[in-house]
Parts: sequence; C-alpha cells; structure tokens
Amino acid sequence: MIELLFFLFSAVALGSAINVLVQKHVLYSSLSLILLLTAMSGLFVLMQAEFLAVINVIVYAGAIMVLFVFVIMLLNLPPDEGGDDRLRWLKLIGIPMGLFLLFMVGRTVWNVEGTPTAPELSGTAQAIGASLFTDYLLPFELTSLLILIALMGAVVFAKKDL
Amino acid sequence: MIEYLSSREFLILFVKMIAIFGGVMGALAYTTLVERRIMAFVQMRPGPNRVGPYGLLQPIADGLKFLFKEQTVPGSANVLLYYAAPILSMIPALLSFAVIPFGPELLIADVNVSLLLVFAITSLGVYGIVLGGWASNSKYPLMGAMRSSAQMLSYELSLTLSVVGVLIISNTLSLSELVRSQQGTWLGFLPKWNIFLQPVAFLVYLLSGIAETNRLPFDLAESEQELVAGWHTEYSGMKFAMFFLAEYANMVTVSALATIMFLGGWNGPFMGGPWWLQMVLPTFWFVLKIAGFLFVYMLVRATIPRIRYDQLMYFGWKVLLPLALANILVTSFFVAVL
Repeated sequence: MIELLFFLFSAVALGSAINVLVQKHVLYSSLSLILLLTAMSGLFVLMQAEFLAVINVIVYAGAIMVLFVFVIMLLNLPPDEGGDDRLRWLKLIGIPMGLFLLFMVGRTVWNVEGTPTAPELSGTAQAIGASLFTDYLLPFELTSLLILIALMGAVVFAKKDL
Repeated sequence: MIEYLSSREFLILFVKMIAIFGGVMGALAYTTLVERRIMAFVQMRPGPNRVGPYGLLQPIADGLKFLFKEQTVPGSANVLLYYAAPILSMIPALLSFAVIPFGPELLIADVNVSLLLVFAITSLGVYGIVLGGWASNSKYPLMGAMRSSAQMLSYELSLTLSVVGVLIISNTLSLSELVRSQQGTWLGFLPKWNIFLQPVAFLVYLLSGIAETNRLPFDLAESEQELVAGWHTEYSGMKFAMFFLAEYANMVTVSALATIMFLGGWNGPFMGGPWWLQMVLPTFWFVLKIAGFLFVYMLVRATIPRIRYDQLMYFGWKVLLPLALANILVTSFFVAVL
C-alpha cells in the first residue's frame, strides 16, 4: 500500500515537474508547480513528516503560488512564442549544473548504509521547533533578517518617495 | 507507523464517512433556505414559502432547477479551466470535513496536525475562484478573481495568526485534543472555553473568517452593484451551484473551527443520561454552536453594508494583523510568566 502510494505521488510529482518546463503557457506551468508541491506533501506524509507536509502546502501551494497566479493574471501574459531565445546561455549553464546535482544526489544515496528509516517523531512540530531554536538558531535568525531585507527592498521599489 | 484497518474498522469508517458527507450536504442545502428566510424576515418580506410546507422543499426544487438548466460556456473561455474551476472550489471545501471532530467518536481521520491541515486545504480553495474568474475570459469575472485572491491572501495572515494564541495556551495542533483541553469549568459555572482567555483572537478570527469566505460586508469579489456577480458571472446551472455550495461549506468549516478553538467544540452541559443520549448529545452541542455562528453570518449579511476595497485592505493589514500579532505577544508573555 505504502509502495503504491509512493509510486503514485512520485509519478505525479515527476510528471508535473516535467510539465512545468514543457508548457508554453506560463499559467499552466504554475498550475503544474502547484500540483508538484501537493504531490511532494504526499511524499512527506509517507515519511511521517505530517507537519512539514502541511506547512509545505500552506506556505508554497496556498500562499506563494497564489501570488504567482495573481501576477500572471494581472499581466495577462500571452503564451510563449519561442523564437528569439534570450535564455540560451542559461540552458548552456543549466544542463551541466543539473547533471552535477544529479551526480551529487546519486553519490549520496549510493553511499547510505543499510535501509534509511525516519527517526522517531522527527517530523513533528515539537522536534522541528526544538532543532530550529537550538542547533540551527543562527541560520534561522539570519534567514529572518534576509526576509526582512527583501521586504524593505520591495517597499522601497514600490514607493519611490518615502 | 501506518496501520492497516481490519474489515470491521473499515466498515465503521465507511459508515462515518457516509453519515458526515450526507449530513453536511443536507445541512448545506437547508442552510441556503434558512439564509433566504432569515434575510426575508429582516427585510420584512415572506421569502421562499411556496414549495412544500414553510418552503421546506425549496432546496430540492433549486437542485432540480440547477440540474436541468442549459449548460452555457462563454465562446472565448478557456474550456479546460472553465470546467475545472468549480470542481477545484468544491473539493477543498468538502475535504476539510474529513478531520473535523463532530463528536468524541464521530470523526473520520484523527491527524495530529489536523488544525493546520484544515488551513492547508482551505488555502487551496482560492484557486477555484481565481481560475474560474480567469478562465471565463471576461472583464467582471477577472476583476472579481483578482480582488478575491488579494483579499484572501491578506486575511489568511490574520486568520492564521489569530489561532496562534490558542495554540500557545493549549499546546497542541490536533482538533480533538483542542476540544478535550476545554473540558470542565472554572469556579463551577464558567465553561473552560478559550474564548474567555482569548477574546481578541476570537474577534480577529471571526472577522477574518467572514472575509475569507467572501461574505458581506467583505464580499468585494462578488459585489453585485459593481461587478454583476464577480468571479462567477459567466457560470450557470450545476457549475454555479458547486461554487455556491463551496461557499456555504467554507462558512460551515470556519464556524466549526471557531467552535472547536474558542467555544469548546462538542463540550456542553448535561453530558450524562442513557448511552444513546451520550452518543448524540456532543454532536448536538457542536451543531448547535455552528448554527449559532451561521446565524450571526446571516444577520451580518442582512444588516451591514459592504465596505470599500481600500477600506478592506486597510482593515486587514493595519487593524487585524497588528491586533493578531499583539495578541500573540501578550499571550506568550503570560504563558511564560505563569
């Protein structure tokens, strides 16, 4: 049963991930991205990380992607026409980078000894909160500072004369 | 670990699913009738009272009318998304009932993060509205959809933050644990409900809940006087009915969450008595409290005029959000000191 669900969610995630890249219309791409995030949450649940799964949906699928869709609708972008390819250099850099990432992930998975099991209760809100506020306190606070700077930058951009 | 159900447990679960789904759908159909009757009462007119005794068969007549209406699709619409939008609106609205405890035993899935799960599911409901407005490919629906997405995003913040105070006090994310933490009384008469500890959070939750469900006085996404019918202008027949039912289901979900978090869920007086009474009574109290909230929704709709869009944004970001944040600060201070 779990294996079946795993393959189901993985197939949906992979299919929608490919669809994000292939689609010419930017709205369809972002809708596929929402599907991808939901499928990823399904995979999180199978690893007994319910808290992460739910937060993933709330933050990304339910809030950030709504902003994406909102902006796409506001600008009412036409489908991508191909033609003049401004992203040619990105493709040249992207393919080796992607292969390198694949290699690193493959090597890491290859080197794992035995069958990996999720540590008991590692996905609960308590466990995540405890590790965020003890082991990872500095990165956590720095991230919040980064977000604050981005927020202030957005305000400065939006209002020329403050 | 994930456990497998025996066939008997599966049967019980199946019966619960049917009971909750049937109950909710029936209740939703009759909420529409009750709302029309109450609106009519406030406005001193009879309301729908012709179909059956007291108009009690009106929802069935409405349903049949929706079923047999001509299915129209605007010529310039994006057909795929136009058909998908009502479904995308309906599924999240009904899905959240899977984790809401209607009684000590009457819940389908007891997830340990069920409160957040409900928020996650309802936050996906906005796509139905947004895509419906966009796929219709016409001016008013697009305006309504954009208003709706901005509004729901803004009020979701204060809705979620207003809950944090309750979570700090009761120290759990599970809805059934939340209900259990509010059992008993203070000084023998005052029920141990979170509303007495978190009155500010309750107010913020209630107001942003009304805004989240796109109801008056925050129904800028529909606002008949400016946008015809907002995002569902181009919808008719069963597709419109699905949007309509989703809106009512969201109202019930918001009310159910308010009941669970602030009014003690299925707790209530007179819990003794024979076994069959003990089975029914918690659900009765729960439904009664939800009905109270729905009544407030309807009275608000009938009496308070719609606010302007800039007032809506001002209220969400500059009144409700600071209030919710201040509430978290004060609550965590008291919890840390006591």
